[in-house]
Amino acid sequence: MRRIVVVGASAAGLAAAETLRREGYDGTLTLVGDEPLAPYDRPPLSKQVLAAEWEPERLALRTADALAALNLDLRLGVAATGLELTGRTVELADGSALPYDGLIVATGVRPRRLPGEGAHVLRGIGDALALRERLTPGRRLVVVGAGFLGAEAAAVAWRLGCEVTLLEPAPVPLAHAVGAEVGEILTRAHRERGVNLRCGVAVTEVTEDGVRLADGELVDADEVLVAVGSLPNTEWLAGSGLTVGDGVVCDEYCAAAQGVYAAGDVARWHNPLFGTSMRIEHRTNAAEQGMAAARNLLAPDAGRPFAPVPYFWSDQYDMKVQAYGYLRGHDEVAVVEGGMADRRFVAAYRTGDRLTGVLAVGMPPKAIRRWRQAIAGRAAWQDAVRTEVPVTEVS
Amino acid sequence: MKVELEADKCVASGQCVLAAMDVFDQDDDGIAILLADEPAVELLDDVKEAVAVCPAAAIRLVEQ
Repeated sequence: MRRIVVVGASAAGLAAAETLRREGYDGTLTLVGDEPLAPYDRPPLSKQVLAAEWEPERLALRTADALAALNLDLRLGVAATGLELTGRTVELADGSALPYDGLIVATGVRPRRLPGEGAHVLRGIGDALALRERLTPGRRLVVVGAGFLGAEAAAVAWRLGCEVTLLEPAPVPLAHAVGAEVGEILTRAHRERGVNLRCGVAVTEVTEDGVRLADGELVDADEVLVAVGSLPNTEWLAGSGLTVGDGVVCDEYCAAAQGVYAAGDVARWHNPLFGTSMRIEHRTNAAEQGMAAARNLLAPDAGRPFAPVPYFWSDQYDMKVQAYGYLRGHDEVAVVEGGMADRRFVAAYRTGDRLTGVLAVGMPPKAIRRWRQAIAGRAAWQDAVRTEVPVTEVS
Repeated sequence: MKVELEADKCVASGQCVLAAMDVFDQDDDGIAILLADEPAVELLDDVKEAVAVCPAAAIRLVEQ
């Protein structure tokens, strides 16, 4: 293999490029990114950058020297526009065409938007800087969507002295992801501070003065942040022959076709640990999957299934939420350490007869580690929750 | 090779500990602690893995 193209120059694409070099690949390595910036980190955008604690320079994922050492053919500020699978060529927006022997697709996601103009989204450095400039004390911010991103931004804006309204279509925020009980704890954290969290309201459009709800009500705002999920960047693959369905569909090796792999937010792959197809928009997964895809591309005959225990964290007010595993579609949640009332607990998630996830708030990391290991070891629920601490079932 | 850790970037994911248990640990808040800033050669692959999986890009490996 003499020519490898990695499309997407964020965490997953960078991890793939670094792994290729680390594993000894010394051919041409092209890294394509649609943003003009060198690879940078996104989780701090809704936290330290929005709070003006960090300047964007701090987000660089690698120093200039470390990037140079990778000896990349770096194409920044240019999007990929097409893929010719049989001819093994990637087309770019500047009209150039990149032939490849191996390809890694890591084009990520973009924010879902709402009808109407003037709303902020939060995905890139420019988005975060534009919003933070407006978050001055007393300013009225409406955040549409109380998922992790919206909730983190609401917490920061509250701390900056804004008057914050958080609008969520579901009856309880994040219930589908972490269960209603944990969702309620997050709800209380917002309300105790005076954030106006309204659940069960659908926003139909962004207007000049705020947002309009499905029942016609206008919610006034100086600034609107739309945080209602994201869409995988797969349009450029239309007609290529790759299977696209809420992401680039891959097998358990992250392979989408012969010599073509996908990684990061855009990849939907079969995770054999949980026996299901998943697409994960977590920072940790981007790096891990980028590495896995690169290794399997270089050694397809010795391919290793990508079977991670997903991990995410979220910072909201004084709470750090950490979760391991696959919590979606769970059948039961049980508190296995601490208590939800004082916001110091470990909650275990059951899907079928297995322990599939664990979520902790305010607990030391060592308390979580053995649960992560139990998930990785496919522990049966009955065995995993059998502890000296009485288990409180909450759902 | 020397390991550098920017503890104030750390997001307490513990991925470094999973990758290189002899080189990293976490304090009670989950923040990474460096156990050995000049790890033995046989640990270098683990450390490189830790550098790569750190979600905060808080770990660096520098040549001396």
